[in-house]
Formats: sequence, C-alpha cells, structure tokens
Amino acid sequence: MLLPDPVGPLSRRAHALLRGAHRAPGPLELPEAGSFTEDLDAQLALWLIHQLSYRGYDDVDDDLEWSPAVVTLRRGLESAFEAELRSATRERLAVTDAGTPVEELLLAMVAVDDGPSVAAYLHRHATREHVLDYLRERSVQQLAEADAQSFMLPRLRGAAKVALAEIQYDEYGAGRADRLHQDLYARTMRGAGLDDSWGAYLPDVGATSLALANLPSMLALNRRLVPAGAGHFAVFEASSSVPSRKIAAGIERVGLGPEVAAYFDEHVEADAVHEQVAARDLCGSLVVERPELRSEVLFGAACCLHLDRLAAEELLGRWGASDDRAERAG
Amino acid sequence: MTAQPRGTAVRTEACPGGPVLVRGAEDVVDEQGVAHPVTRPVVALCACERSQRMPWCDSTHQAVARARRASS
Ligand code: FES
Ligand SMILES: [Fe+2]
Ligand SMILES: [Fe+2]
Repeated sequence: MLLPDPVGPLSRRAHALLRGAHRAPGPLELPEAGSFTEDLDAQLALWLIHQLSYRGYDDVDDDLEWSPAVVTLRRGLESAFEAELRSATRERLAVTDAGTPVEELLLAMVAVDDGPSVAAYLHRHATREHVLDYLRERSVQQLAEADAQSFMLPRLRGAAKVALAEIQYDEYGAGRADRLHQDLYARTMRGAGLDDSWGAYLPDVGATSLALANLPSMLALNRRLVPAGAGHFAVFEASSSVPSRKIAAGIERVGLGPEVAAYFDEHVEADAVHEQVAARDLCGSLVVERPELRSEVLFGAACCLHLDRLAAEELLGRWGASDDRAERAG
Repeated sequence: MTAQPRGTAVRTEACPGGPVLVRGAEDVVDEQGVAHPVTRPVVALCACERSQRMPWCDSTHQAVARARRASS
C-alpha cells in the first residue's frame, strides 16, 4: 500500500518522518487527557508507524522502522495511549477477586460485561449498508488477523508458548492456505462487493477501528507489555464466538450470501476453541509460572473490554442505534 | 459430552463450565453414530448439551453461565 494521507498534526508528524524528514517539527502536542483512544489523528499516527513493523508501504523506506525520530514519536504516542488505558481500566480491575484463578476471571470478565453489542444490532436490526460499514471498519484489523499476536511468540516460554502457537496455527489456516483467516475475511469482503486490498478503507475508518488494531500491536511489539497482550488476546477470543454467530445471521438476514457469512461462521467454532486455549493454556500457564504477571494479564483483558465498548459506541452512534437494540442478551 | 473422539493419540482437557478440548482425534462420533471429521488442531466438544453446532461447542455455555450468575 501507499502511505496514507494524514488527517491532523500528529499523523502529519508521522507522515513527514516516513517521507524522510530527519526530525519532527516542533514539540509533540498530544490530544487532551482521556481522548487519545478516540482521537482519529492520534490513532492514525500510531497506525502509520506500527505498519512499518508489518507490511510497510510501497513508497516508504523500510529502514525507517528503527529510525530514532520515528521510534521517539512512537514511544510518545504509545505512552499516552497506555497511560490512558491504565486509568480507564482502573475501576474494572478493582473488582477482580484475588482468589480466583486467572483463567476463570478472564472468562467471567467477558460474561459479566454489559457494554452495547454491535453483533446484537447487526443480528436483528442493521441495514445492508450498516453491515457493509461494519465490514469496512473491521477490515483494518481482520485483514491482518492474528499477526500482532505472532510477535508475542518469542517472548513467551513453555506451555504458554505452546498454547499461543496452537491458536496461531489455526488462525493461519492449520496447514491449508485456503483456510487462512485473514484471507477468509478478504473473501467475505469480495463477496460483499467491497475492495479487499490492504489499506483500501484506511482513509474512511473511525478512530476506534484503528485503535482496535493499534492496541494489540502495542501490547505485542513491546516485550514489557506481552503479559497484557496475552490477557487481551484471551478476552478478544472469548468475545468472538457468540457474536460471530449473530453477525453471520445478520449478514444472511440483509440478503448477503453465505460466502459473506463464511468468515463469521468459521469463527463460531474456531473461537469457541481459541477462548479456552487462550484463557487456560496461554494465560493460565503464564500466571502459574510467573504469578507476578497476573495483574498485567488482567490489565490487557480490561483494555480489550474497554476498547470494545468505545468501538461499539462509535459504530452504534453513527448508525443511530438505540441502546435497547444493541443489548447483549444471550 | 456424549460424543466420542476417535484416534490413536487422543488427549482431552475438560474446561469447567465449558467444553472438553480434544487434541489428536481423527473424528468424533455423536450419539446417533454419525462421525464428524476433525479439521483443526484442537476441537472443543460441547459438554453443556446446548450448542447449536453439536458435537462442537459454540460458546452457548456462556449464556448458561451468565443466566446462572444473574439469578444468584
Ligand atoms: S460447552 Fe460450549 S456450547 Fe456447550
Ligand atoms: Fe480467526
Ligand atoms: Fe481466533
């Protein structure tokens, strides 16, 4: 893909550095406290930089990934993002019971979550246009599905590593190129008449859609945050199977065919497995081996729930969906 | 779990309140004797009897756990 256009001062800063400027102009001005996650400009700036660690850009020098100026900007953005997430999740984490095994707690955090559900709305009320909007918004995350978590593998050991590798093998098609989950999503997009090329909808998506991609990147690319990345992944997987079933049904309800629903259909079964392996064998083993990591695992889990809520609010707000139509029942 | 995994090196792991994870199975034979081929490295067999994708778990057990939590 080509380097996307900036939308404000922070993404302009990232853009200038990726275009080869040796230093960023002027001091870094971050968004107001508490608004980083939902700030399109800030999230785009971070996404632009993270992308150098994945597929890069056709018109950007790959070597800029480790340019001091780019790394400095990345650290400035990530510290603001992380600090905001630490404070936003404090309340959620205050109620976690110290006596419960971490895997039980992770699954219970998902079970008691009462945030609005995009899947419930897509299931029963969304129009075809809403469904297409949803597919475009999630393309930033799903066309690169599982890639962030691959960066965690060398940072884990023993049973936790085995568990993550087992999930990733499945995400990456379990030995079959035609089952690669990222490509299943591409097929879903094509089936819906959308452009499945990488980055096609990047200029159109909202801040929280970029944040959904940036959060796991930040947690996996920084070794210090890998325990949080594991907790995030467990909650992400545990919030997917039931919603996938609803989304698949919604897709068929608005008259888009089974080839569009296929990606979600696959995730009903796949993520019912992944949630158990991620919670028990990945996070459970990690905390058994190193009990001091427990709070970080839970922090990552809480981040996932927090961001899911903001992302749901962004889409449902845009669609004018009322709360009772997005109720998470069942 | 009433469905039976078949294979030469089957390992099972029961998840409290959830499914039974099965590794190394070639197929799973349900109550009616129908064999369901295993196509992924680990599969989850429904143990709550409420899945709409029997014999596989589809996480419907989460709703069961949620209802139990709400009523207690
Ligand atoms: S155990 Fe998961 S649906 Fe029955
Ligand atoms: Fe997947
Ligand atoms: Fe998954």
